[in-house]
Amino acid sequence: MQENLLELIILIPFASVAVQYFLHRVLPARLAGLIACGAVLVPFLLTVVVGRGIGSAAPQVPAVTATIASWLTGGGLEVAFGLRLDPLSCAWTLVVTGIGFLIHVYSLGYMHHDPGFKRFFIYMNLFIGSMLALVLGDSLPLLFLGWEGVGLCSYLLIGFWFEDMDNARAGQKAFVVNRIGDLGFLLAMLMIFQTFGTLDIATVTSSLSAGHAQGLYPLGDGRITLIALLLFVGACGKSAQLPLFVWLPDAMAGPTPVSALIHAATMVTAGIYMVARFSVFFALAPVASAVVAIVGALTAFVSATIALRQRDIKKVLAYSTCSQLGYMFLGLGVGAYGAAVFHVVTHAFFKALLFLGAGSVIHALSHEQNAMKMGGLKPHLPRTHWTFFVGCFALAGIFPFAGFFSKDKILGEALLGHGWLFPLVGVLGLITALMTAFYTFRLYRLVFTGPERLDDHARAHLHESPATMTLPLVILALLSIVGGALSLPAFAHFDLLGDYLRPIFASALAVAGEHAHHAVNVEVALMLVSLAVVIGGAWWAWNRFAEGPGDQLPLPQSGLPFLLENKWFVDEIYAIFVIGPMRGTALLAGFFDRYVIDGIVNGLARLCDLCGAFVRLLQNGAVHTYALLFLAGAVYLVCSLL
Amino acid sequence: MITVVDYYVVASILFAIGALGFLLRKNVLVMFMSVELMLNSANLVLVASAKSFDLARGSAFALVSVAVAAAEVGVGLAIIIALFRLKATVDAEEITNLRG
Repeated sequence: MQENLLELIILIPFASVAVQYFLHRVLPARLAGLIACGAVLVPFLLTVVVGRGIGSAAPQVPAVTATIASWLTGGGLEVAFGLRLDPLSCAWTLVVTGIGFLIHVYSLGYMHHDPGFKRFFIYMNLFIGSMLALVLGDSLPLLFLGWEGVGLCSYLLIGFWFEDMDNARAGQKAFVVNRIGDLGFLLAMLMIFQTFGTLDIATVTSSLSAGHAQGLYPLGDGRITLIALLLFVGACGKSAQLPLFVWLPDAMAGPTPVSALIHAATMVTAGIYMVARFSVFFALAPVASAVVAIVGALTAFVSATIALRQRDIKKVLAYSTCSQLGYMFLGLGVGAYGAAVFHVVTHAFFKALLFLGAGSVIHALSHEQNAMKMGGLKPHLPRTHWTFFVGCFALAGIFPFAGFFSKDKILGEALLGHGWLFPLVGVLGLITALMTAFYTFRLYRLVFTGPERLDDHARAHLHESPATMTLPLVILALLSIVGGALSLPAFAHFDLLGDYLRPIFASALAVAGEHAHHAVNVEVALMLVSLAVVIGGAWWAWNRFAEGPGDQLPLPQSGLPFLLENKWFVDEIYAIFVIGPMRGTALLAGFFDRYVIDGIVNGLARLCDLCGAFVRLLQNGAVHTYALLFLAGAVYLVCSLL
Repeated sequence: MITVVDYYVVASILFAIGALGFLLRKNVLVMFMSVELMLNSANLVLVASAKSFDLARGSAFALVSVAVAAAEVGVGLAIIIALFRLKATVDAEEITNLRG
């Protein structure tokens, strides 16, 4: 029974894609949209039902499993379309389908006038299906299939308005950058198969911890470290971490609901999911964990600096997403797996809220995205305004909003950790928290308060968004307010999410050693410090941008603001040092192909032609010549026989 | 006394005449006759050998050869007539349609 329901969770979105695709001529747009929304809502409800039934069968990880069909069989390899709902995938499935449903409903309003309305919902449902395959798949190949599926949907939706070449190019960029990460993931998968002889995730992780107990894989084992690092390369691509984060800001070229769903709440957290899923590998590889923590902290820091000076409302949020993902990796790197997952959940609430709010603003202003040309929208967009305001508090991490609890858990684990690394990344995180509060409230001030700076085009249709758009905003705002209650600080002894996820991370924490519980006053003191930092940053921005952008309006020409405004010139550096040499190599290879390879082939043909021209002289059509040659041949034969 | 070798000599001379005729003459009809001459020189060898070694098999070969030659002459002459109709000449040096 539960197995069948589990299968339905993933089959419904795909069935909906098929229905919408094959009937797109006859389905009215409104009905197609409703089908798409239903195909996300029903899996959400089913997940609630099945997830409640996950028994807590300690010491094993509680899970419901189902096998839809066999897939790859041959040699020692046996991979099926197998599903596995355990606490970790359940948490993700609920976020994906729950937030996904709200965003689908929102899209009904947002995409209302778009000629590609039906196409949009097909892609969106395909995305939900792929994402569910990613989190529910019980084997690495199925995870990878979902991983590529969401990448494809991301590409399709970034380039949704592909008539504009820039959008198509942004989609391409996302796809190519992701591909670099995928190579790491693929290599990790091959190494896992080589090491463990299976691709079943549960078997791999349990045999790793069992092998460790028998002394087979000691702490810091080279092979395990390499696998962990390769997995992290994959995660870097998908989750937009430091060397590979450049695609995410460009991904904002897609429709805003897509930015909210794929590029903020769900798909980009796939890397976090993967690292959390293979947490045992990282626990056994301190070097890899350190890399994860450092990359996460640096990404959080660098992206936050860029967000300080962005003008595009969606770009600010995009860099903020990179930054928050960096926090999550920071958490994973310091062994705060539960806290990282908690931050994924709360971030999904408030970042989806902020993106949808931004979408509502953009919708109201007839597709104006430049925050410098907004201002004073508070009376015009009352519901968008207060929900966005809530989202800002949550993102900045101000008590008692959701972001405060999750961010503080990560920072606490980092700052109070042992060794030199943990406090270092913790301090970086704290500085990032300051900048987060600053850019969040800068954005709020620029958009909603101060003097109106709209141009005539934007003012023409200024209106509050319809209920299909504001209702999801309200729900997400409520979640952003109370979401922190899922996992309160340790001294409160109320940790719903942490208790739920404990069996998943038990083996990883057993290897790395459970984090020591700190004294209540230390934790409280830390909270007060981070709260003071955050409120300080928020207050600073609040006052500085009270009257609009002020001195930030003209484009800076030099100094740090110039660097930040131009995103540290990362894209330009890539253009020179990566894309340039790549183009050069391609040019060289093209030359080699055209003139050397083709030259050899054509040369051979010409040689044959030449030989033919010579031999052709013999064939002059005169019978006498042939007869003479024939006779000569015959004489020669006879002579040689004699 | 005429021995089998004499027959061989005659046959060789006939073959040489035929070969030279085929190589040197230009008229297709004459060339065709030269081919026949070479063929019959071979027949002469067959028959003479059969008589000399007292083997009927040789004569049988010659008989088959003559029969085939008759058919071949029919086809050959037909081709020459068709060729003449096409080119209005029987000069072999002017018929070089198969030049590569």
